[in-house]
Amino acid sequence: MKTKLTDLAGIIRSKNSGPYELTMDIIFNDYESFEKVRGAKVINEELVGKLYNITPDQIVGIVEFEPAKAIKITIRRPLCSGDLGETDVYGAQQHAPLLGLEFDL
Amino acid sequence: MKEEFRILSTTAILGYGFPVASFEEGMKRNPHLIAVDAGSTDPGPYYLGAGVSFTDRDAVKRDLELMIKAGVERGIPVVIGTAGGSGGQPHLEWNKQIIEEIAKEQNLHFKLALIHAEIPHEDVKKALKEGRIHALEPGVEGAGLTEEDIDATSRIVAQMGIDPFIAAHKGGAQVILAGRAYDPAVFSALAVEQGYDMGLATHLGKILECAAICATPGSGSDCMFGYIGKDYFRVEPLSPVRKCTTVSVAAHTLYEKTNPYILPGPGGHLDLTGTSFEQDTETTVKVRGSKFIPGQQYAIKLEGAKRIGFRTVSIAGTRDPVMMSQIDNIIQAVKDRVADNFSGKNLKYYLNFTVYGRDGVMAALEPLRNEPKAHEFGIIIEAVADTQAQADTICASARSTMLHYGYEGRRATAGNLAFPYSPSDFHAGEVYVFSIYHLMDVQDPAAPFAIDYVQL
Repeated sequence: MKTKLTDLAGIIRSKNSGPYELTMDIIFNDYESFEKVRGAKVINEELVGKLYNITPDQIVGIVEFEPAKAIKITIRRPLCSGDLGETDVYGAQQHAPLLGLEFDL
Repeated sequence: MKEEFRILSTTAILGYGFPVASFEEGMKRNPHLIAVDAGSTDPGPYYLGAGVSFTDRDAVKRDLELMIKAGVERGIPVVIGTAGGSGGQPHLEWNKQIIEEIAKEQNLHFKLALIHAEIPHEDVKKALKEGRIHALEPGVEGAGLTEEDIDATSRIVAQMGIDPFIAAHKGGAQVILAGRAYDPAVFSALAVEQGYDMGLATHLGKILECAAICATPGSGSDCMFGYIGKDYFRVEPLSPVRKCTTVSVAAHTLYEKTNPYILPGPGGHLDLTGTSFEQDTETTVKVRGSKFIPGQQYAIKLEGAKRIGFRTVSIAGTRDPVMMSQIDNIIQAVKDRVADNFSGKNLKYYLNFTVYGRDGVMAALEPLRNEPKAHEFGIIIEAVADTQAQADTICASARSTMLHYGYEGRRATAGNLAFPYSPSDFHAGEVYVFSIYHLMDVQDPAAPFAIDYVQL
């Protein structure tokens, strides 16, 4: 049975980390959910590449942060914040592809 | 060393406001410092380049009135970091005038320190020649910067660490107004001066710079109180509706950061691999184990923005499914027509169409670009050129061409676009981009940041 990420994580957000990077935080509702997703290794480079239509070299890192029961994904911004062609100066609306995620856990 | 050093952080960004009741709760706790961060690069390069604040003058004055009055009356230092949002010279001047007004209107007399953070172009060029400039852009080796890039930059600021704040405090300032500053330093400097641990003070500063955002429910416009002891710090919300929990405080450590364990700043990095978060009381959290690891070379971060032209935009929409199905072809055809129309005029411009309902928010990162489900598109036509008049010309040409363009299968021959406004085109003014985002090695962490004192 598929489990929806939105059922496990109450906070899913994105923001600039400096003008060259975008960082996405997935903060789980409880340690059980965090451990389940972490253990299944379902949030990985391949998935992020597919979700954002990017190559692995554009992924800066995927970090698990236990004190906040969170997984953090950081990718390079397609543009330096505010360059010509910018669509999201703050980077606050780049989380949406994560909202539709479902996993076999 | 006192048993605990107490810090009142009033709001996430100066001008975002805070409840008087929370502020009074904070004052009851006898803070040794009242501090606020005023800056962010989030709003983009315009504000740095143009020398304009992204916060409202009256809102900043309201916040500062409460802070300065309370601080001066009780002899508690008041520290403001990254004046005017970007911390350049015009931003510092702008905030200084607000403080002068407050002093006059409230009949307050005190010594004000101004810490400058704008870096002369010549100093950056000298550092470049000496190999002291390093790119922060991922994938760029070495400096990744030329003398021409520096010359083209309108304004350069550097992020100060704790040393200039300590110098201004030792200089007898009651109120310290700083230009561009590393956000945590605004809160940590005086604690470090008193002998508290740099790692704990910096981590506490990181939390306090966003005030009540680290509580649950979080808020960017409420106060937060910090206590630092010998081997711990504590954070306490000042509104009865908020709590700090281990998770809310730990989660804040993630915010806007690439790696929550290693947080670089002036002179080194904060290492949180050994940090523990403990529920202290029902509403407060105690943190231990955060360490500051000094770098081999003290470096400060430079931020610069340059003007690349002027922007004119036109806002429109389409509800026509035939047009929507051909939107890429139509945009290309309009670009070609405009290019042809002005060929031979030696006009340099950037013409762009952002299509909301398809990829207006995520652009290159949009996974659903080729399967839009919207029944209408919003379109922003944007022209950037060397002068506002030229941007107007290109925008108007693209707008009128798109309005009447005869695409394949068109039924609606009276017009292709719905304009919500008359006039349809707007001046968005000067356009800036970040042109410097680099580290600069320095010998003396305080030297680039000159301090003036004013007796009010």
